[in-house]
Amino acid sequence: MRNEDSLYQKKRDRRRLFADFRFRVYGILGLVLAGSALLFLLGNIFSTGYSAFQQTVITLEFNLDAEILGVTSTASPAERQEANAAKVAKNGLYVLFPEVKKSKDKRNLTKLLSLGAELDIRDLLIDKPESIGSSVTLTVPMSSDVDQYYKASLRGEQFQSRLDEQQKKWLQILIDKKIVEMQFNTDFFTRADSRYPELAGIGGAVVGTIYTLLICLLIAFPLGVAAAIYLEEFSRDSFMARMVEANINNLAAVPSVIFGLLGLAVILNVFGLPRSTPLAGGIVLALMTLPTIIIACRSAIKTVPPSIREAGMAMGASPIQVTFHHVMPAAMSGTLTGTIIGLAQALGETAPLLMIGMVAFIANVPGAPSDPATALPVQIYLWAESAERGFVEKTAAAIMVIIVFLIAMNLLAVLIRNRTRISNK
Amino acid sequence: MSSLLTVMIALSLIFLSGFRGWYRAKKEVDLHSRPFYHGVNHGLWVALPMLAVASLWLISESLIIKPSVLSVLTKDNQELLAQPEFRYLEITQMAEGLLDGKVVDAATTKALERYISVKKNTDVTILILFVASGLIGFRGVSRRFNTSTPAREQVERIVKILLAASSGVAVLTTAGIVLALLFETLRFFQQVPFIDFLFGTQWSPQMAIRADQVGSSGAFGALPLFAGTLLIAFIAMIVAVPIGLYSAIYLAEYAKPKLRAFAKPALEILAGIPTVVYGFFAALTVAPMIVDICEAIGLSASSESALAAGLVMGVMIIPFVSSLSEDVISAVPQSLRDGSLAMGATKAETIRKVVLPSALPGIVSALLLAFSRAIGETMIVVMAAGLAANMTANPLESVTTITAQIVTTLVGDQSFDSPKTLSAFALGLTLFCFTLMLNVFALRVVRKYREQYA
Repeated sequence: MRNEDSLYQKKRDRRRLFADFRFRVYGILGLVLAGSALLFLLGNIFSTGYSAFQQTVITLEFNLDAEILGVTSTASPAERQEANAAKVAKNGLYVLFPEVKKSKDKRNLTKLLSLGAELDIRDLLIDKPESIGSSVTLTVPMSSDVDQYYKASLRGEQFQSRLDEQQKKWLQILIDKKIVEMQFNTDFFTRADSRYPELAGIGGAVVGTIYTLLICLLIAFPLGVAAAIYLEEFSRDSFMARMVEANINNLAAVPSVIFGLLGLAVILNVFGLPRSTPLAGGIVLALMTLPTIIIACRSAIKTVPPSIREAGMAMGASPIQVTFHHVMPAAMSGTLTGTIIGLAQALGETAPLLMIGMVAFIANVPGAPSDPATALPVQIYLWAESAERGFVEKTAAAIMVIIVFLIAMNLLAVLIRNRTRISNK
Repeated sequence: MSSLLTVMIALSLIFLSGFRGWYRAKKEVDLHSRPFYHGVNHGLWVALPMLAVASLWLISESLIIKPSVLSVLTKDNQELLAQPEFRYLEITQMAEGLLDGKVVDAATTKALERYISVKKNTDVTILILFVASGLIGFRGVSRRFNTSTPAREQVERIVKILLAASSGVAVLTTAGIVLALLFETLRFFQQVPFIDFLFGTQWSPQMAIRADQVGSSGAFGALPLFAGTLLIAFIAMIVAVPIGLYSAIYLAEYAKPKLRAFAKPALEILAGIPTVVYGFFAALTVAPMIVDICEAIGLSASSESALAAGLVMGVMIIPFVSSLSEDVISAVPQSLRDGSLAMGATKAETIRKVVLPSALPGIVSALLLAFSRAIGETMIVVMAAGLAANMTANPLESVTTITAQIVTTLVGDQSFDSPKTLSAFALGLTLFCFTLMLNVFALRVVRKYREQYA
């Protein structure tokens, strides 16, 4: 009898211990799944996007013949702008293939070259009119199809290219001549959006994002800090203060798309701010960031020990003086940390910007916050929706840039927090 | 350019006035307040009147310019007023030179001229008022100046009012959201019956813009959108709840402090990644993967399936579940655990029978908050879930959501009197009310729970 009991108990204990083990495995499994989802996501983006930081270029000799261009070196800049640079760009390629005669073949041949070649030549004509009549050696981008095909062949991958067999043969000849090479893609960082993947860059979007975040910071930071000071230091526990507090908590959880509706209906339609601009975008994002900053600043103020306030008061400082001279300097690091985290959220926000029209196709870098612009996340959305295949790697590369920005901002926040923690000791 | 100039003028006026106040006080002896406060007082009395006038400039567009322009448009041609908002937008764009080369009729040209002249007049008037108000403020404050002026008290009173006003911005934002949504929604329900919107099963907002245009009449039954939203949110919860909860339990109960210090922020990275990145990932990688897998086992999946959007969204909301749950699990008093362990229960039994039940309210509210995130999430569904308003429970089909419809309706040009545009605001109000209810309920649960163990 006793034996059976203990046997039963042993079995039960083993089952219970196994259940305990299983429970722990589920926990690890959950963590591993979440972690691998993160790694898969990042790995996927990086492996798609890293190639966009390089671009396929070709070094050709271009004959800047005045007759072909239709302008002389004494022509005005406006006339030089109108010069037939396209013809010169094509000729640069034709001279390497004298056997290509038919106009259809010629057209196919020029498809290897990017429109960027023509633009580079035009820039040269504008900057250095004295070069007209001579011949110059330029390194110009090749078309997106060539770019993708060449990158895939360097990686040794099979690639379903849009290039036909003849074009591939021509490209191979160029490669054998060692004038085709890969170089770091500076265009990607300096240029704005373009219809042509090989010419599209994030320069315009980055500038737009910087303007937007600047406006957001200029509005949200003073307002948020002021509101937090009022709520922590001056408001008595009145109905108003409680209402403000409930409001802030709710605002922090309102979906971002609702802020887009607010921006459209109030900021654009009632206040009449210009559409598609970082100015309007920054204001909308500021309203979204405000709760984050207020909550962070309030908790920073809460950590300032009352003894500091009392010491200030005892020395005859007024409440405002105590707040601004003693409490706020002590609470500043917490506030800054919260502000940076709020800005990092605003940096990735897309939906509200879409709705106030920052999705327009903008081919030049904005010069002021009141110029139409896109932002980095919106640019990612635009490229992701594009049917052109060359944009896929650009999208992933733009995502890598935005992630680098986010990491930098979060590191900055951590740095500020750690530094002040040491200095407070 | 002109706005930058205005700001420069304003700043230099404020600075000059402040400097003047500071300098004048500095020469005196036996002051009531320190020169700094006299300077700030002088600056504020210039800045505040100018700020008031500047806010006038903000509303001048809709109060003065727009009615005036629209009156010109309608005087000659009544039918032009069919879409005043759209016409007005067009005129403002023409004035900025955005629509160069567009052929327009005589009435529009007249309205354009009127717009340019009225805008110029109001701008000049307001600029004069702007500078004048600053000068009047300066004159007032410098007249009152003497050594016994309580400048510090005056400044502090104004600063306090400014602080209180700043905290009012949050209230104003909420009020703005509610009013904007309500106003446009009411206009929507003047054209589309309330019952049709809430219980209709047909959603096709494409409407004929002009009466003579061929096109569908539009149907605004939002039920498919609600169903699609819930379907995707449920898929997301199915992913996020087990992963998030088990991670939270492991981190709170089993993990060593070192692992916890590393894993918690690592999980929170998932919440920090921009949603547009998830959208790209869902559309480019996950959706084709699902199509391939389904083909392999003989099912047909849409390339914009609810499953792809839901799965990726689930990954995104894992940290919303795990972070808050971990906090509440850690907050359960150690004495409860000790009691259970002392009775011979294993750790798993303690967690399941003692810790989780007492942390349940907090966990429930974490789940509700995550659910409200999933419902309000926009970019993932815009990019991965498609626009077909299907009423289906099949996760392999394409569905659309409230947020996706709001965005697609409002991207690009829109006229604010067509039911299509207004429907976005009705959807927005629905979404706002729903998430607000979820949040208020969740926060209430959390607060009640916190009091219990405080």
